[in-house]
Amino acid sequence: MTPDLTVDRVVKRFDSHVAVEALSFEVARGSFFSILGPSGCGKTTLLRMIAGFTSPDEGEIVIGGLPMRGVPPNRRPVNMVFQHLALFPMMNVGDNVAYGLTQRGVARSEITRRVGEMLERVSLPDAQAKRVDQLSGGQKQRVAIARSLVLEPTLLLLDEPLGALDLKLREHMKIELKQLQAAFGTTFVYITHDQSEALVLSDRVAVMNRGRFEQVGSPQALYYEPQTPFVAAFVGANNRFHGRAAAVDGRHVTVASSSGLVLQARASGPIAVGAAVEAFVRPEVAILARDEAELPAGLPRYRGQVESVLFDGASSAVLLREAGSQGEIRIALPQTGRFADLRAGEAVCFTFDPDRAVCFAAAP
Amino acid sequence: MNPTAGEGTLRARLLLLLLLAPALLWLIGLIVLPHVELALLSLRSRVAPRVYEFSLRQFGTFIDEPLYWHTFVRTALMSIVATACTLVLAFPIAWTVAKLARGRPRALLFMLCMIPFWVSETVRTLGWTILLRESGVLPSLLVWAGLAPAPPELLYHDATILVGLVYTSMLFMVVPLIGALDTLDDSLIEAAYNLGGSGPSILRRIVIPHAAPGIVAGCIVVFMLTLGNYLTPTLLGGKDSLWFTEQIYTQFITRFNWEQGAAFGFLLLILSTLIVWLGLKLSGQRFGDVMRRS
Repeated sequence: MTPDLTVDRVVKRFDSHVAVEALSFEVARGSFFSILGPSGCGKTTLLRMIAGFTSPDEGEIVIGGLPMRGVPPNRRPVNMVFQHLALFPMMNVGDNVAYGLTQRGVARSEITRRVGEMLERVSLPDAQAKRVDQLSGGQKQRVAIARSLVLEPTLLLLDEPLGALDLKLREHMKIELKQLQAAFGTTFVYITHDQSEALVLSDRVAVMNRGRFEQVGSPQALYYEPQTPFVAAFVGANNRFHGRAAAVDGRHVTVASSSGLVLQARASGPIAVGAAVEAFVRPEVAILARDEAELPAGLPRYRGQVESVLFDGASSAVLLREAGSQGEIRIALPQTGRFADLRAGEAVCFTFDPDRAVCFAAAP
Repeated sequence: MNPTAGEGTLRARLLLLLLLAPALLWLIGLIVLPHVELALLSLRSRVAPRVYEFSLRQFGTFIDEPLYWHTFVRTALMSIVATACTLVLAFPIAWTVAKLARGRPRALLFMLCMIPFWVSETVRTLGWTILLRESGVLPSLLVWAGLAPAPPELLYHDATILVGLVYTSMLFMVVPLIGALDTLDDSLIEAAYNLGGSGPSILRRIVIPHAAPGIVAGCIVVFMLTLGNYLTPTLLGGKDSLWFTEQIYTQFITRFNWEQGAAFGFLLLILSTLIVWLGLKLSGQRFGDVMRRS
């Protein structure tokens, strides 16, 4: 099966700044593909090139098997949900959804039928005659998606559409978006700087940084097996240690961090003894205990003092100062409530499985 | 009621009145009073020296004398045409300033629209006559280029009056249009394009509906300025320009028939009100919205 989107060695420069650097990837039919990156990483430029608002300096974009060079945005089988949705305030909801069909010259009765059906599918059956400003944030979102999907595009592009919503609604719309995508089976390409959106929604995620993809893979792969320090630091929370490789033993590296902490981690890629490295330990990988006897046997043990408790419900954590090195480390609190009475200043001990920590050769 | 609170509101009201005083004085003293006087003037006629009585004779004269109401209709039509031409010419300019130009070029373009207004209207219009008269620059240029056998007289045509009126009105159309187009979110245009819209359909369905209050505001201002313009039609159209303000001037100054002049003035006021109202009705705009934009 041909992929719905093929991007082949696409380059885009603005003056001397390279926004997108020789990027190649494919998006399979019917999948939810996210591009995750910090602002300024080139993801918006990439999306605008796929939509046709800017043209690549080099390379080829192929959508649904058709090369897109020289095809203007209004002739591409691609629709886009804009960051601020860009619903037409001068039209009612029905006319917004009907706009694309009208432009295609579809018969009036056919338009009425398809608009009605589409609004029903996004659970807004009675919204036809409403003005855009009468809708809530979530409803606007659904109208924007309906307006695009009614045209049955090969590809739906979404440009951080949840960014403007408040947290509660954003959580809700995340689930709704995933369900909509599953129901329609349209290929979604979604760009965001919010890792939780990317992880929850996507089949595959590309982590983008400085015009390149650092890693493309399933959300699980990005989280458990980051391939680069950037991905390890950007996806999920992580404790980052700069240091040197004191010893290399098969898969494991002993890292002497610049703060004085010595830790073991799984090596990602070849690492030479004495090389500069970066090691990452996720807060949720470390195990916390008040008494050393409670820690699992056979793992390296550390002692520390609670610097501060960062209570945040299910994602609560403590900030510890390790006794030997005085280096800071963040550890997630277990959900059992066993540490509900933990206070700053308390002495605790912790450990982590070196297999679940990761170490990279530092970027030169 | 609390006496201090009552005193407070009284003081607030007095303060408001004081703040509004200059505007109210201006409105009553310079607009309402003269118009009341004009209305009284237009509705009386002289039966003997210093003896006047109520009469509609002035309005009768207007209807009986074809020259007057021909001029009246002609002025209205020419003003509408001039307004339409100004709109068509100003729209691309406003679009360029509001949507395409950024930073310095934007300021520069805006300056270019302003520069003609640094010169007094009289001087500007006389400049046009220098350019266009038979022995002027443009006719000589036409002869030199071989486009005309002899220097043509470019002054004293309706087209010349129109050109002059459009030129004078341009800024008053461009400014509200820029205001209206500035607030149009670019992503709306991109969204329409993305949904398959073509240039003309986006203009018709997205840009014009959004800019409508600005368009109507510009049209009202330009129409009123044009309808009440005296200098440009007279200088560019000559003695036979047949502009209604000229008739009013003649009645007041040359004929010293203030009653007739006042009646004409009132007719012009009714005409402009009527056409503006009609324009608002036809474009489906509310006066309040439009005035907020201008």
